[in-house]
Amino acid sequence: MQYQLKINGETRTVDAEPGTPLLWVLRDELQLTGTKFGCGVAYCGACTVHVDGYPTRSCQTFVEDAVDSEITTIEGATDKVAQAVQEAWREKDVVQCGWCQSGQIMSAIGLLTENPKPTDDDIKDYMNGNACRCVTYVRINEAIKLASQKLEA
Amino acid sequence: MNINVSRRGFLKASAAGTTALLVGINAKGVLAAGSTATAATDLNPFVKIDADGTVTVIIKHFEMGQGTTTGLTTLVAEELDANWDTVVPEFAPADVERYKNLFFGAQGTGGSTSIANSFMQYREAGAAARDLLVRAAAQSWGVDASTITVENGMLSSGGKSGHFGEFVAIAATLSPVEKPAVKTPDQFKLIGSDKLHRKDNTGKTNGTAMFAMDVNLPGMIYAAIIRSPKFGGTVVSFDDSAAKDVGGFIAAQVLPNKAGVVAFGKNTWAAFQARDALSVEWDFSAAETRSTDAMIADHVALLDAPQFDANHEVPLASVTPILEGAAKTIDAQFTFPFLAHAPLEPENCTIEPVGDGVRVHDGCQFPTLTRPMVAATLGIDPSKVEIRTLYAGGSFGRRANAASDYNVEAAMAFAVSGRKVPVKLVWSREDDIKGGYYRPMSAHRAKIGIDADGKIVGWDHRLATKSIAKGGPFEMMVQNGVDPTSVEGVAESLYTLPNMGIGLSDFTTAVPINWWRSVGHTHTGFVMESLMDMVATETGQDPIDMRLAMLDPSGANQARMIEAIKLVREISGWQKGDKRGFAAHFSFNTCVAVVADVTVEDTTVHVNKLFMAVECGVAINPDVIRAQMEGGAGYALSAIFRNEVTLTDGEVDQYNFPDYELLRNPEMPEIEVAIVSSNNAPTGVGEPGVPPTGPAVANAIFAQTGKRILDLPMTKAGFDFV
Repeated sequence: MQYQLKINGETRTVDAEPGTPLLWVLRDELQLTGTKFGCGVAYCGACTVHVDGYPTRSCQTFVEDAVDSEITTIEGATDKVAQAVQEAWREKDVVQCGWCQSGQIMSAIGLLTENPKPTDDDIKDYMNGNACRCVTYVRINEAIKLASQKLEA
Repeated sequence: MNINVSRRGFLKASAAGTTALLVGINAKGVLAAGSTATAATDLNPFVKIDADGTVTVIIKHFEMGQGTTTGLTTLVAEELDANWDTVVPEFAPADVERYKNLFFGAQGTGGSTSIANSFMQYREAGAAARDLLVRAAAQSWGVDASTITVENGMLSSGGKSGHFGEFVAIAATLSPVEKPAVKTPDQFKLIGSDKLHRKDNTGKTNGTAMFAMDVNLPGMIYAAIIRSPKFGGTVVSFDDSAAKDVGGFIAAQVLPNKAGVVAFGKNTWAAFQARDALSVEWDFSAAETRSTDAMIADHVALLDAPQFDANHEVPLASVTPILEGAAKTIDAQFTFPFLAHAPLEPENCTIEPVGDGVRVHDGCQFPTLTRPMVAATLGIDPSKVEIRTLYAGGSFGRRANAASDYNVEAAMAFAVSGRKVPVKLVWSREDDIKGGYYRPMSAHRAKIGIDADGKIVGWDHRLATKSIAKGGPFEMMVQNGVDPTSVEGVAESLYTLPNMGIGLSDFTTAVPINWWRSVGHTHTGFVMESLMDMVATETGQDPIDMRLAMLDPSGANQARMIEAIKLVREISGWQKGDKRGFAAHFSFNTCVAVVADVTVEDTTVHVNKLFMAVECGVAINPDVIRAQMEGGAGYALSAIFRNEVTLTDGEVDQYNFPDYELLRNPEMPEIEVAIVSSNNAPTGVGEPGVPPTGPAVANAIFAQTGKRILDLPMTKAGFDFV
């Protein structure tokens, strides 16, 4: 089947079997490999993209259900909030292996878009769904606070 | 980061521009330099400096997040006096002669050795390059070399100045000095600096960093494998009729070793779907069919009659009469489960046909194993196997195993595919959790004799676990039957422990096991530091004072440990009668001491804060060290809280993260890391944060509840964690 997807502001046509998770369309068909595969059961958050502005697990989003939506991946995360988050991530040297970080960043952008001044508990609650095996959580939370300050300034 | 690791590609890319300066070691193992043209046959460099002034540091270790790309780059940039912002890391090709780990004699990463073994080598390469540039500038300007200063990538003398790139053409014609002078610690500008940011920061925050699973090659097909549900089973027959209904399915084939059936698809999803649709008949005659309870019981039974004495000076039998004469004894038995490494990037590997050989795309931890194993699988010479090392999305030891399991699987899949197109093997998370190569299960039993004055007089320590080293290329580590990775952390304890006998038994099972971040110390550190806490409680001593009294400061490592313990006592404000937990452990030549602050309400535990102090010699990148302590502690918490791989009739019970639950963001305690100021040679940091964290938390739970945790994970003792 052919599907037209709106990804990072562009319309892309892909050939995929119905029921294919958006994750594999992004990675294998469109080479948007910044979105990562971690568990395939929406339990780790490595595959998080934005669908119509909301952080969404692409491993549990079928390609046919994504056709009418605006999809943003880490490669297309360039707005003001995204820039603040990415800059904060670099200043705090958050990353270790890096595999979960695209998903962490897409979730953090979602948080700060909804709630520009999150409390510590807001951050922990919101980021609970994104697992990091290297355990960079302390720095993730510091970076989100720093990004929040950057956006306020 | 530009990852261009093929040797030919590397040299071609350099040759396309003007001359570059290469500094490395030649085939004789001595420092050599040259331009790209002359060096092509004899030199693989550690440092490359291009005409535009860009400094490339060739990284002989892989990057799984532990910070090697930043650390090795720092060593070269320091001695070069380079501009940090224009220095880029690049992964080395497979080349054991030039890029071997000096501690292993093999090209590979492990044992927290990347910085420690490279410390002088990379600094000398940087210093040699700096010296060549200085002499080249002196020649170019007609001045004496002693008048030249180097700072931030610029050379200056009098009114003249120029960047590195301006002098590479002349420098490449000069011979390097045999033993370049390196800086003294007081001259360090980058080593020890808190201002350097990680070199992999940008690519890992904008989606451009290339990991092995991100490889996409023209004509590539995808592979997924169904493996025996019981370890050691083999394929009898299979039926792929249901797979034929999967869109994008290409074909299915039995692997040549009969360990599984590979399904090929046009993309990862098709391969997974087709694999799941295969029906396979297995032969379990050589397979592990026991359940976890039986395996634990079998470990415990092995403690009754140890097969090997791990301390030859004190045979186990000689301890028995001493314990019989002791005023009192402390008896304890501990058990530990199998653990999966669960790197967040599931195992994967791509094999690409290149001429009459192949290119292996991998987050490759151990090229010295992977290269010959892939070559043997394909029946080609190892020289025909090129390895392209990419970022690894975690490993924690998983990617370095004697079997090179997933590399060999990819090579088998490539072989049965017909060897014409690139094949990407991808493991699902279920494959990873169920796939073996676990931290081995183990059991310990200790009997400690204490005299009337509260002093330890004898110690009978027995343990049973499956050997990691036996029966493979690491067999040479085994001495007198004892695999040191089974007993490390007990056998070379820093404490003064009189009359300590250590008995070891090897457990046998078809379940594949492997080193897991901090290896034997994952269980020995927990046991030793729990026992020390039990002795302190039994004898009414402060746990910190007691340990300090048992460390002889005339020993170099004991002196370092004393420093670490005193530092953690200071930053935590530890008091006598403290209701927090303390533990300290020496591993990978590094001393780490931890104070854990926990709250226990009924059976629910929250770890509020961890204080950690580390003595790891000179701190190359202090912030990377802090990050490794944070990560090591968190990795330990996940395991001790609730992680275990269990089996029922030989089949793994867990399937994915919902039942192998990683530590989550809200569970991570506050953490404060202090680094002992030291000019000792640097030691490891990737693993040593793991071993003392678990016992510090367990000792804190004991301080609060009086309940001693002996069987891991702690959920077995009825605790849950928030």
